[in-house]
Amino acid sequence: MAQQKEFQNYTVNFGPQHPAAHGVLRLLLDLDGEVVERADPHIGFLHRGTEKLLEHKTYLQGVPYFDRLDYMSMMSEEHSWVLAVEKLLGIQAPERAQYIRVIFAELTRILNHLLFLGAHGLDVGAMTMFIYAFREREEIFDMYEAVSGARMHAAYFRPGGVARDLPEGLAERIKDFTDSFPSKIDEYETLLTENRIWKQRLVDIGVVSPEEALDMGFAGPMLRASGFAWDLRKAEPYDAYDRLDFDIPVGKNGDSYDRYLVRVDEIRQSNRIIRQCLEQMKPGPVRYEDFKISPPYRKEMQRDMESLIHHFKLFSEGFQVPVGEVYVATESPKGEFGVYIISHGENKPYRVKIRAAGFNHLQAVKRMALGHMLADVTTLVGTVDIVFGEIDR
Amino acid sequence: MEKLDHLEQLLSDRLPHLQRERLADAVVVWVTPENLVETMTRLRDDPDLDFKQMIDLAGVHYPEREKPFVIVYQLLSVHKNHRLRVKMAIDEQTPVPSVIPVWWCADWYEREAYEMFGILFAGHPDLRRLLTDYDFEGFPLRKDFPLSGLSEVRYDPAQKRVIRQPLQMVHPNREPYQVNPS
Repeated sequence: MAQQKEFQNYTVNFGPQHPAAHGVLRLLLDLDGEVVERADPHIGFLHRGTEKLLEHKTYLQGVPYFDRLDYMSMMSEEHSWVLAVEKLLGIQAPERAQYIRVIFAELTRILNHLLFLGAHGLDVGAMTMFIYAFREREEIFDMYEAVSGARMHAAYFRPGGVARDLPEGLAERIKDFTDSFPSKIDEYETLLTENRIWKQRLVDIGVVSPEEALDMGFAGPMLRASGFAWDLRKAEPYDAYDRLDFDIPVGKNGDSYDRYLVRVDEIRQSNRIIRQCLEQMKPGPVRYEDFKISPPYRKEMQRDMESLIHHFKLFSEGFQVPVGEVYVATESPKGEFGVYIISHGENKPYRVKIRAAGFNHLQAVKRMALGHMLADVTTLVGTVDIVFGEIDR
Repeated sequence: MEKLDHLEQLLSDRLPHLQRERLADAVVVWVTPENLVETMTRLRDDPDLDFKQMIDLAGVHYPEREKPFVIVYQLLSVHKNHRLRVKMAIDEQTPVPSVIPVWWCADWYEREAYEMFGILFAGHPDLRRLLTDYDFEGFPLRKDFPLSGLSEVRYDPAQKRVIRQPLQMVHPNREPYQVNPS
């Protein structure tokens, strides 16, 4: 006698401490059998009030806060902040500093995308990828350390340039890295691109049409995978990007697999950009040489009263920024990372709004998850490439 | 620069009734709650303006003004490669119409503006707190909200649960030195 039973929909609480949640995401899923009927991401478990804190800090003290936003692509976040402050001040960093910033922004892109590959692979069962990706990440962390003294939270970009020039031998080391790195990318691709399981887990999962992508406010690789050749490095070139030659990878279907392919191709382009920067870079100053904005050189400071005063004023009171408002966005590895500053002419900003790149992408999981299986939610959380430091701010 | 001139020209053609402002690197238009949704739909659907994306929504608090809040929308067109900043001054009581029908992604931005400033959005399907704690009280990004916050959270061993209590900014009592440590 077959008995029929009625099952009600049930709710699954995913996270906030779940290894596949990429940090502290709490996802409430209403399931009908194994099919997701409603997804409600709860965020804010890593909210530290960065925007409020920035209102109480000088512009220079603001820099380290940006490392801690998206803690997987540290220098890219600093980049938006220093560019916004420079724009308010009406200054431009010297040429060498621009190239150094681009080199490190692109190294950061590699860093971020490697974590994406590793963590995304781990989520859907390709464990080896994680170990491969971290091998190269270590090398880039060493470069971070060489240039700033810190492996992750560098605070290396400063309004008006960078903190210091590349130490001796680092340029050669980066060059060697870019020589060997393309073959490493080939290795990753042999692991994943044609892997049957990888494709079964990713192809046609979370398809986003071009219209939807715009409606959901996508940017960066997420938008490109849906078929837009949109890249802020080309559309609104900042620093040295207008002097560099690179391609924008574009996806076709807008599914998770395309987003993976776009990101892998971006790593190759980043490698190309770094090589070009190293070739084009010339010796020169790396800070804007108005010592009311940039710290004076150490040597000067030890014998010149004026420099000592500048140094003291700069690191206690900070510099005054003219009245105005500015919105500056850069192409961070995760998408458009924007900073909107309103200045009332003081040494501290009146209001800072941080436009986090992953915010819209996580929001879209709500819509992308509908009709997918529970197991695919893991793929979706991986494919949007989110970091909660940035989303929660 | 030319791009901005062109955009300003377009706006004066298509939406002449709006108050415009030209900054060094941006064009700003001011809207009111009454014409917000209509203007935004127009900005999105006009093929020359083509603002298909809302990139950001920021609240700003000016406590000394008559209308103390300003909402700043950052719009972007990926086809035309131009940006526009739309601003709206509002007071605390009047609800602002939600722009979710125009851009779906406005959902979380409006929830954030609500929790940070207490701005009410009419027509928002789910106006809950987003980033702060589930039982958080107050609007933290207002200028009259102290940086330290108003309450602190700790584990209470007696009740065996986490409790929230008013913030106490005192130093723990210390024994002063009895003898001068020489």
